[in-house]
Amino acid sequence: MSLAAGYMKKGLGIHMMQNKETTMKGVFFLTGKDFANAGAASCELKTILEKMQIEQSAIRRAAIAAFEAEMNIIIYTPAGMMKYSITPDYVKVVFQDMGHGIEDIELAMTEGYSTAPDYIREMGFGSGMGLPNIKKNTDEMKISSAPGAGTTLEFIIKFKQERDNENIRDC
Amino acid sequence: MSLTLAEIKVILNANVLTSKFDANTVIGMAYSADLMSDVLSFSQTDSLLITGLVDKTVVRTAHVANIKAIVFARGKVPNKDTVALADEKNIPLMITNFSKYESCGRLYEKGLRNSYDAK
Repeated sequence: MSLAAGYMKKGLGIHMMQNKETTMKGVFFLTGKDFANAGAASCELKTILEKMQIEQSAIRRAAIAAFEAEMNIIIYTPAGMMKYSITPDYVKVVFQDMGHGIEDIELAMTEGYSTAPDYIREMGFGSGMGLPNIKKNTDEMKISSAPGAGTTLEFIIKFKQERDNENIRDC
Repeated sequence: MSLTLAEIKVILNANVLTSKFDANTVIGMAYSADLMSDVLSFSQTDSLLITGLVDKTVVRTAHVANIKAIVFARGKVPNKDTVALADEKNIPLMITNFSKYESCGRLYEKGLRNSYDAK
């Protein structure tokens, strides 16, 4: 399958760079229960942010928040996707899934609340820290969900330092 | 007080699993957990992670949380994929026969302190 002009398939995702390499967007498709690749999309996003020479603390916050959201899709849903856009000022990541949806978002945001089965906990996840940790690491976070309708989660992390666009390495 | 990876290797009588291992890497803090969500929530950047989990997700967790090196406690051996991924991400892996508790105790005794960011 060939991609539309300007888009490239690299690693697990499909990416497009615009505006003199200061703006980039892309998408990753996530498969539920694919534990062999769990977290790989977020690792790739982190590598992209590093190559775009964004400040270290923003990269770490974005990678952690993305990782938690990615794990949620892999643990709880059949499939979903993660779309990112990086601008000179911020990174925005949107997660959409085909899961059952979250009945009570407020309850799901409570530290320690989890519906994860034991085998997930044995892998070191499902301790009820995911959504609170996304909130903690992001500047803006929105979540919308309804039973049967899946969940959409998006967050924004703003960059404090001005980026040195002269030195952006090849992504 | 900080320790080098070479010193940590001696203190824990550890074996190095990855081909990438810079013995002079300085580690200033350590964090221990089997809950990867805890690592993501509370560890600080550039820490050493001491854990009992050995799958690839641990390496990816370490990558996103800027963990500098991982010690697998109680002699648990990761599979080849985990080691290969760690080499790819440039995260040295070590394995020790000491338990998590004793590993932490030995490192603490030598001055390596807790990486815990409760903010």
